[in-house]
Amino acid sequence: MENNSLSRESKLEDKEYKWGFTTDVDTEVVPKGLNEDVVKLISQKKNEPEWLLDWRLKAYKHWLKQDEKEGEPEWAMVDYPKIDYQDIHYYAAPNKSDAPKSLDEVDPEMLEAFEKLGIPLEERAQLAGVAVDAVFDSVSVATTYEKQLKELGIIFCSFSDAVQNHPELVEKYLGSVVPYSDNYFANLNSAVFSDGSFIYIPEGVKCPIELMTYFRINTADTGQFERTLIIADKNSYVSYLEGCTAPIRKSSQLHAAVVELVALDGAEIKYSTLQNWYPGNKDGEGGVYNFVTKRGKCGNKSKISWTQVETGSAITWKYPSVILQGDDSIGEFYSVALTNNHQQADTGTKMIHIGKNTKSTIVAKGISAGKGNNTYRGQVKILPSAENSQNFTQCDSLLIGDQCGAITVPYIEVKNPTAKLEHEASTSKVSDEQLFYLMQRGLDEEEAHHMIITGWSKEVFKELPFEFAVEAGQLLKVSLEGAVG
Amino acid sequence: MDKILEIKNLKASVSETEEKILDGLNLTINKGETHAIMGPNGGGKSTLVNVIAGKDSYTVDSGKIGYFNEDLIEMEVDERAKKGIFMAFQYPSEIPGVRPWQFIKASVDAKRKFLGDKELSVREFSKLYDENIKIVGMNEDLMKRSLNEGFSGGEKKRNEVFQMLMLEPQLALLDETDSGLDVDALKSVGDVVNRMRNGDRSFLIVTHYQRLLDHIKPDFVHVLIKGKIVESGGYELVKKIEENGYESFV
Repeated sequence: MENNSLSRESKLEDKEYKWGFTTDVDTEVVPKGLNEDVVKLISQKKNEPEWLLDWRLKAYKHWLKQDEKEGEPEWAMVDYPKIDYQDIHYYAAPNKSDAPKSLDEVDPEMLEAFEKLGIPLEERAQLAGVAVDAVFDSVSVATTYEKQLKELGIIFCSFSDAVQNHPELVEKYLGSVVPYSDNYFANLNSAVFSDGSFIYIPEGVKCPIELMTYFRINTADTGQFERTLIIADKNSYVSYLEGCTAPIRKSSQLHAAVVELVALDGAEIKYSTLQNWYPGNKDGEGGVYNFVTKRGKCGNKSKISWTQVETGSAITWKYPSVILQGDDSIGEFYSVALTNNHQQADTGTKMIHIGKNTKSTIVAKGISAGKGNNTYRGQVKILPSAENSQNFTQCDSLLIGDQCGAITVPYIEVKNPTAKLEHEASTSKVSDEQLFYLMQRGLDEEEAHHMIITGWSKEVFKELPFEFAVEAGQLLKVSLEGAVG
Repeated sequence: MDKILEIKNLKASVSETEEKILDGLNLTINKGETHAIMGPNGGGKSTLVNVIAGKDSYTVDSGKIGYFNEDLIEMEVDERAKKGIFMAFQYPSEIPGVRPWQFIKASVDAKRKFLGDKELSVREFSKLYDENIKIVGMNEDLMKRSLNEGFSGGEKKRNEVFQMLMLEPQLALLDETDSGLDVDALKSVGDVVNRMRNGDRSFLIVTHYQRLLDHIKPDFVHVLIKGKIVESGGYELVKKIEENGYESFV
């Protein structure tokens, strides 16, 4: 008996963080620290137009002022040591002057890193019909399916490329949903953002494939500041998938991204995320600090849907939101957030109803295990103009073990009497009866937990594209290893 | 005769309250035999099958349970299952979001993997699944829901018997599978058991009623009162109980 349980434990430790590896690719790194010159240097390296540099500098000045006055926001239920913003590299790029035009030109070591992540680009792209714009330490290294998309007039490229090739679109929409002065982390991002994805879907075009980007933090102590902008023109449709893993690092890594979605009249954007960055070790050392601002704006009769499965990072601070500006627009948020060991997540959404007949749906599920803390924080705001608006909110928490916690913090503000709001909340534990039942059918304790948890998360998983849903299940499994038994 | 299960002087209690339930129980089941356990409420019938299956809300205080000459008490619940012990639950759990198909596929896979057999392909599995659904008379639409969610009591029991068919156990424990069943369902449970009986497989059937046993005609009947088997016999013992109640055994 004792021997058994020993060997089982060591097996679990072996499996700790499956994706802990680093790649030796020469990176061009700007020295640590943040000042006006660093902002200028980043802009210069990226050969940006004057207006963008000005924008960055405005953001930097705003951030600086805010940093002096109040510093980081403190309202979230997360606890972490103070971040020294002068002790971070703000730019790192693979040391290649010419961007590769095909996979053959991509550094083999990078490709190998992708292999380890389980995303053989070429196969995956072809088999799954997915175009992959791979962001590797802030700079895109490979783009497939570009041609096919081009014929439809779809632009899917790195943010930097968009700045060079489609400056008019970038200038028009950058900051239109998340202004450079929005919040502490968004302001920082606006000043120093490195790269990210850019998508434009022309009027009336339904993007025929799921667009996908894998982000990965790879250089030690490099804060990664992605900037993603998706514009769906009138009556268009796009589904975008974002998946993330990061290698093990000793000190914590800051990640402050901004994602802006613009859905013009009649357009629909579906944005799915799997976030699996390094959560830190069992004792709570290391791990990624993930402070992300994601927001979308709807025109008339348009729809924005966020689906996220958050299993990684030491700290998750993230509230994908929808501004329902247009009449008859729809906002959705489906989320599974898992915290294990010492992970902390404060996540949720904001649904801001401005237009008439606007509808929003929130299904937020939090799973807490180990010493993990999970907070749902969600705001539903119905403005006076939002005649006949509706919101449905469902918050469920699942606890595994007795040292974890779950908190639900809803903020509801209704300024129009015709609004209809529903709020449901539940907290449950995996019951011994359920476990015994599944184990009596031959599933071991971990498999049994996994099945119960995956089933419990199904309402969210079913919103994910199929191949992503399978991966999401795997992620939960890997993330819960060691939490049970 | 090949022994499958050998229980010697088993004493067991409820873990939480330490209430003693089984008090020196002895029982031997050989290959191919069907045993029925009858007895009044609180006598320990359900405790017995749960202890054999390994439920940790019961504690084995002393005694031995041998399964193919292995010490069963030291075995994890899932290992017992993979080695062929199946329990049809009196109150099967509901598992939201998990479809019966997915659950049973995972169970069959786990068992086959453990035994070193090749995993069934989705096609092979589906064929078996569909056949067995028909044999048990399960409502197919029901099987598209979450496991046991919104199933009536009778449907849950049928689902248990269906799983038993799929998993082909060596030793099947039926914990009051007949309670709450209508006449048709009762007959189909009996039919499945009879269909599965062979020279190799054994059954331990816990029941309050004669009805199911009339279908099955067990080889042995035991009366369990106050944690002990007080009388064992053949099928004729069922009649005696039905006529005189349990009082004559006390």
